[in-house]
Amino acid sequence: MLEVLLPNVDWEKMIEATKETLYMTSISVVATFFIGILLGLFLFLTGKGNMWQNRTVNGIISAVVNIFRSIPFIILIVLLIPFTKALVGSMIGENAALPALIIGAAPFYARMVEIGLREIDKGVIEAAKSMGAKTSTIIWKVLLPESMPALVSGITVTSIALVGYTAMAGVIGAGGLGNLAYLEGYQRSQNDVTLVATIVILIIVFVIQIIGDVITSKLDKR
Amino acid sequence: MITLTKVSKLFRTGKNNSETIRAVNNVNIEINKGEIFGIIGYSGAGKSTLIRMLNGLETPTEGSVVVADKEISKIKGAKLRKARQEISMIFQHFNLLWSRTVQDNISFPLEIAGVAKPERMKRVNELIKLVGLEGRENAYPSQLSGGQKQRVGIARALANDPKVLLCDEATSALDPQTTDSILELLVDINQRLGLTIVLITHEMHVIRKICHRVAVMENGQVVEQGPVLDVFRNPREEMTKRFVQQVTEPEETKETMDHLFERFPGGKVIQLTFVGDHAESPLITKLVRNFELDVNIVQGKISQTRSGSYGTLFIHLDGTEDEMLRAIEFIKAQQVGVEVITHA
Repeated sequence: MLEVLLPNVDWEKMIEATKETLYMTSISVVATFFIGILLGLFLFLTGKGNMWQNRTVNGIISAVVNIFRSIPFIILIVLLIPFTKALVGSMIGENAALPALIIGAAPFYARMVEIGLREIDKGVIEAAKSMGAKTSTIIWKVLLPESMPALVSGITVTSIALVGYTAMAGVIGAGGLGNLAYLEGYQRSQNDVTLVATIVILIIVFVIQIIGDVITSKLDKR
Repeated sequence: MITLTKVSKLFRTGKNNSETIRAVNNVNIEINKGEIFGIIGYSGAGKSTLIRMLNGLETPTEGSVVVADKEISKIKGAKLRKARQEISMIFQHFNLLWSRTVQDNISFPLEIAGVAKPERMKRVNELIKLVGLEGRENAYPSQLSGGQKQRVGIARALANDPKVLLCDEATSALDPQTTDSILELLVDINQRLGLTIVLITHEMHVIRKICHRVAVMENGQVVEQGPVLDVFRNPREEMTKRFVQQVTEPEETKETMDHLFERFPGGKVIQLTFVGDHAESPLITKLVRNFELDVNIVQGKISQTRSGSYGTLFIHLDGTEDEMLRAIEFIKAQQVGVEVITHA
């Protein structure tokens, strides 16, 4: 039945490509999560009226974040070719996509982290200070737990964007479903391959969204 | 316990910080151990800034702040954080962590102080009993009423056995009944633990109910301070009189007076002020027995303060001019305040 409807789909290749996409996505999501939170915390803490208020540092981080957030991803990959070659040693394969994926997504997520942190009631931070809390205690016990639903829903959105980015990275040789859809589907005029690759990507996106929503609502006790 | 000496705080605002605002202006206050001290003022009077200088959340531009033998206005870093564990604070909007349950919220200051877990649990249980929240240990703040949230706030503030409790408009977000129950709890812990309490508020009702002494703030300055009953009996400043009226005069007084002047063009309307024991002597009976007068009670109110009762009574007298003047002299001799109200 499937062979009649989708004559050109090589299921083994499809599964292999799905694994590659999942690999690129999960590694880059984890790295983006940590780097983004770190950058977001710095953006927040050096901002006006906060514990490490510092206009210069805040301005620099803010500028870097804005620059990398503004470069279209496909151009970012090209710009990063020398960097990737030095780091990974190759331009081909799923690992070669990771630097661009992380550098493209972390600043985007950092802004979401900053917004999430800004939404924390200032009074709660003041209360922690009035109890004699150190800044590190405030970060670990107030800022991160109180913004966790925003951090999780932010990483959900970012993960979905990353799935899209991996497809773009695939076009220039990074492997995964985007690569398969482009080489086997588009270039060889096998529309059924493109269709199946698209459906698999949609399924991945839906699953990420559902997981993200469930975790967010579990965490949110407001 | 707390000494404020010539404390001022300036804020810079406007373009290029060109304008300065004196939020607190040359304030001197001395608060004794075990006292409940109230600071009253309208919003913008500087009381929030003032109370935040007591735990170093704000630093004074001039002057010194000494709390529990530590000069809060000078110390910094670890020393300040240590000192803050002895000076707790509760807030108008409670400022609880929504991500933590009741017991974890109360446990938070203990975690900050580095108390070990078994001891923390024990202390949290004591505190939950003290503030009457048994059975709600595992609830999240969003599942509690305003009064219960403030109880969590109080328990959290008491966790590290502080010497001073600062209350930042702690009852302003609560309904009157809940306000009273929180005030009773504050009096209870003040007596049981000998805790010094400093509270700021814009409600004279709160001052009347629990404070020993009061300071009235206006435009960053303390315009009047003293024992609550004295301030009630003898408010000197216009601002203070307005606050005292909040609790002594029902709102409709003015309307009632107008109505009265219309109905009885003759005679006099008199406001009597009773303080302490005199509030309970049968003055009206004596008036009616001894003078040829018609006495008409318009309205009255007795308020209880921590150190005695304070009452006001409006009466209407009608009779000959001489008789009325004699009666007023008589009332004055009874150590009751008399003020003849004239038609506005």
